[in-house]
This record gives sequence, C-alpha cells and structure tokens, in this order.
Amino acid sequence: MAKVLVVTSGKGGVGKTTSTAALGAALAQTGKNVVVVDFDVGLRNLDLVMGAERRVVFDLINVVQGDAKLAQALIRDKRLETLSILPASQTRDKDALTPEGVARVIEELREKFDWVICDSPAGIERGAQLAMYHADQAVVVTNPEVSSVRDSDRIIGMLDSTTERAKKGEKIDKHLLLTRYDPARAARGEMLRTEDVLEILSIPLLGIIPESEEVLRASNLGMPVTLSNPTSAPSRAYFEAVRRLEGETLDVSVPTERKGLFDWLFKRSVA
Amino acid sequence: MSFLASFFGRKTSAPVARDRLQILLAHERAGEGQSELIATLQEEILEVIKRHISVDQDKVQIKMDRGTGVSMLEIDIEVPETRPAVKTA
Repeated sequence: MAKVLVVTSGKGGVGKTTSTAALGAALAQTGKNVVVVDFDVGLRNLDLVMGAERRVVFDLINVVQGDAKLAQALIRDKRLETLSILPASQTRDKDALTPEGVARVIEELREKFDWVICDSPAGIERGAQLAMYHADQAVVVTNPEVSSVRDSDRIIGMLDSTTERAKKGEKIDKHLLLTRYDPARAARGEMLRTEDVLEILSIPLLGIIPESEEVLRASNLGMPVTLSNPTSAPSRAYFEAVRRLEGETLDVSVPTERKGLFDWLFKRSVA
Repeated sequence: MSFLASFFGRKTSAPVARDRLQILLAHERAGEGQSELIATLQEEILEVIKRHISVDQDKVQIKMDRGTGVSMLEIDIEVPETRPAVKTA
C-alpha cells in the first residue's frame, strides 16, 4: 500500500525542498520505490536540488491537464533507479492545478510507487492546500526560530482540518522535522531547544537535522545530501528519520560531524 | 560561554522566545474570530457612547494586550471638552 507524504512548513526557506530530496533519496537508498513531486508551480526548484533540471520535458501541470502521460513527465534519477521526480511547471501559475487533476495524478502515482512525497510550496494558499490534501502523513519542517514555529502551528491546524483524511474524520500522521539546528547554541540558551519546540507544537519528532555546510554543498552539486555525503551529520539524521517513517522506534539524537571530543560533548540524546 | 554571559548579566534569549510563542499560540489556537472581536467591540462601544456624548471616531482607541493568565482590554476615549456655560453678567 503506497503512502502519500507531504513535506510542508508554512514558512519559506526552512528546508522543505532540501528535506524532500534527502528523505526521498534516503528511502530510495533502502530499496523503496519513491517519487518526489514538486507542487511549487511557478517556482520549481526540486529538479535543481536533485540535479535533474536539464532533463525536464513535461511537468505536473501537463499531466494534470492531460497534455502528457504520467510516464512521459516522470524523470528517473540517474544515480538511484528507485527514485523518480515529477517536476512542477516553471511557466504556468498555480491556478492551473485543479483538485480533480491532482487527485487523478496522485491516484496513478499510488499504483506505481511505495512512497509519494509531495514538496509543498510555502504559504497556506491553494498550492500548499493541494499538496497536503491527499496526504496520509505529513512532515512539518521547522527551524528553531519564532516565526517558523508559529507558521508550523498554523500548518498543523490546516492538516487537521482541510485535508481529505480530516474531512473523512480520519487522522493524518504528523511528524516534526527540526532543521538548521545548532546544538551548541541551543545549549547556551541562544536558540529554542528541541524540547521547547516539541512542547509548543506537540507532534512527534521525526528527526533533528543539524546546521551543516554539507547541505549547501549538496545543493551546489545537484544531489540530495544523503547521496553526496551519506556519512555526514545531516545525512545520518535523514537516514534515521526515514527509519522512523517506516515505523521503527529509535531514540532521537543530534548527529554531529565526527571531529573530536568537543563534538562528542554535544552529542546527547535529546528526546 | 553561558556562565560568562550570566556573569555579565546578559540574559539568554531562547526562554524569551519560548514564552512569547506559548502566549501567542494559545490565543491563535483559541479562534480566529479574535481579530474581529476588537473591531466589533470598538464599533459597539462607540455606538453606546455616542448616545450620550458626541465623540470623534478617531479619538477612540481600543487595544488588547494578551497575557498568559490575564488579558487586558484597554479602551481609551478622548472626551471633548465640555465647557460649563459661563454666565455673563
């Protein structure tokens, strides 16, 4: 049974696209059939982060409007044969997405893949609502910063009220992914701690992705970080997150770059 | 670092962020009709006052200060000077 997962946040720039690419690749690296779908119509970037920008011919809008078959628009990743991407349109506007068309595409993707991961646009408008509508599970990407936490709270409210599952009276599994976390600053009281964010948002923790140079390096190269450097701290955090998505129970820790005693001091179990 | 910061009397900022968020979100979750509440109050209070004294719409300020335990509704009305009728001899 395929699972539809939305990666969402409300606020822009917190790491939705980076996390979609990393989680999608990490699941594909474990042998699952995965498709990542870019819902950010007009501002597509998932193709660029995944290094597939020069291979886009057809996109989600073309498939939604019936101008192209799904198989024509799907791009198979060159490095991972179990990973595909369905890009968004760069030229059209978001009104070109119709609820019926999206429903049809998601249904077709459910038949082909184990995981359908939808990269939501920022905001709470139509595009974001369509991206979350069919989700069975949601990853709420949050930075340890006040505006991001506030927007995440709003998005959690929407997940519980405006999605298909919510309308049927069913639950949608929500997971918190804390990104750009700096354990040293949190320990010094300069940044919201994991416990603070968890207490405020009260949804289960999927993982803590530490702030890392590797993330920018990966997007420079057009690779999900879990592929460009699988042993780096953010990659290990994404691999752990994926195991939790698959139902494993693991203690959450903040992985650090293995450099020495100083890093070891901050590698503590936090939840 | 943290002991140095506290030694020099500089408070850490994360607890402030947490407290602000907790207060804000408690209110935001309570309902989105809250923002309309102020506008409705302003309108209705003004109506009542107008029955007795004529006040300028712009001279009425209504503010809401949301706290953890108590919220304060502040109504500030500038009443026009009522001149006592001066008797001229």
